[in-house]
Amino acid sequence: MTAAPLLLGTQLTCVRERRRLFRHLDVELDVGQALYLEGANGSGKTSLLRILSGLSEPRAGTVLWRGENIRDCRLSYYTQLLYLGHNPALKNDLTALENLQFYAQLSRHHGEAEQALTHLGLRGHENQPIRTLSAGQRRRVALARLWLSTAQLWLLDEPFTALDRTGVQHLQQRMAEHLAAEGAIVITSHQAIDLPNITRLNLS
Amino acid sequence: MSSPTQAFFGLLQRELRLTIRRRNDWLNPPLFFILVVALLPLGIGPDPQTLALIAPGVIWVAALLATLLSLERLFRDDFDDGSLEQLLLSPHPLPLLVLAKLLAHWLVTGLPLVLISPLLGVLLHLPLAGILALPVSLLIGTPALTLIGAIGVALTVSLRRGGILLTLLVLPLYVPVLIFGTAAVTAPAQGLPNAGQLALLGALLVLALPLAPLAIAAGLRVSSH
Repeated sequence: MTAAPLLLGTQLTCVRERRRLFRHLDVELDVGQALYLEGANGSGKTSLLRILSGLSEPRAGTVLWRGENIRDCRLSYYTQLLYLGHNPALKNDLTALENLQFYAQLSRHHGEAEQALTHLGLRGHENQPIRTLSAGQRRRVALARLWLSTAQLWLLDEPFTALDRTGVQHLQQRMAEHLAAEGAIVITSHQAIDLPNITRLNLS
Repeated sequence: MSSPTQAFFGLLQRELRLTIRRRNDWLNPPLFFILVVALLPLGIGPDPQTLALIAPGVIWVAALLATLLSLERLFRDDFDDGSLEQLLLSPHPLPLLVLAKLLAHWLVTGLPLVLISPLLGVLLHLPLAGILALPVSLLIGTPALTLIGAIGVALTVSLRRGGILLTLLVLPLYVPVLIFGTAAVTAPAQGLPNAGQLALLGALLVLALPLAPLAIAAGLRVSSH
């Protein structure tokens, strides 16, 4: 018997506003693999990510984490999950550092928030409220969690939005490191990604 | 891995910090509370006896409405900026995180009402025994109002205009708290004991404290679906 895959979605069907986005969709992801969700706007990429994270319930089908339904092992699944939506989930009135420190208290983090911010070129902006940062800088603050988290599975919704070229390079490098360190990634993007072990899934 | 206690206090700290930086949020409910009660004598007339008679009810209704008004935005910002999703995906029990948010919210909006209330009692010529009972009843009653109201907020957070629906959902559940709360002030003002009313009010709080966070957590999961 082979071990259960890390993440397995079987026969997933998603209906939004009476429109069927996809049905009987099978998704499989193993350690060290990345899954790249392609598709036109409104084809259900975000919906699929939300279903895989357990935020939304699929109309039909199940999502299994290491062979167990995510509904039955929610908390242990979430210790291994990092979901970054297209909303950066940062508080405008808090500083970059305060935002990251909060997430460190909320989930599994290691390493220093300051270091991650410096690494992402935000040195000197640590104590600035998020509302004073540019869109790209906000995105970098949100993405800094990828350098801090110990989660094994990353679900990334359009992480490259508003990033400049060096930012994109940085992020790709970090994703490659994560895959090499027995991680796994599901990502949606309109940008071409260059990663080893990447599988494409077109939802259109 | 952070412990649940760390997550609880982390969230509490973040919420308090956010309110301090957005002054309007915590000034509104007490201001509303004071204005309603202070304007009343202008409409009713300055007769001390009439004012003393209606004071417990008026102050309690004003506190209830101030709580309800402040609740509407409880999860709204988190829902809009995506932080709510992050709370739902946290490896800690959601009811615990909900409790941290509610505690922060009550400290900023409920506690000021409790502290101001004796002053408003004086304003409405409430007898001394009533003035003393007022903050006690509100101290037990307002956390219950926050807990119960938040269930409605959790269910309506994904609706753009959930305000009216929230009021309709929550007001019937507020009625018992209002009745026992007012009675706990009226009785001593008339020279009667109020231990029974306070006990019933306390029972409502004790019931809501463990159950409401469970309902709120479930409501939030449904709303984010």
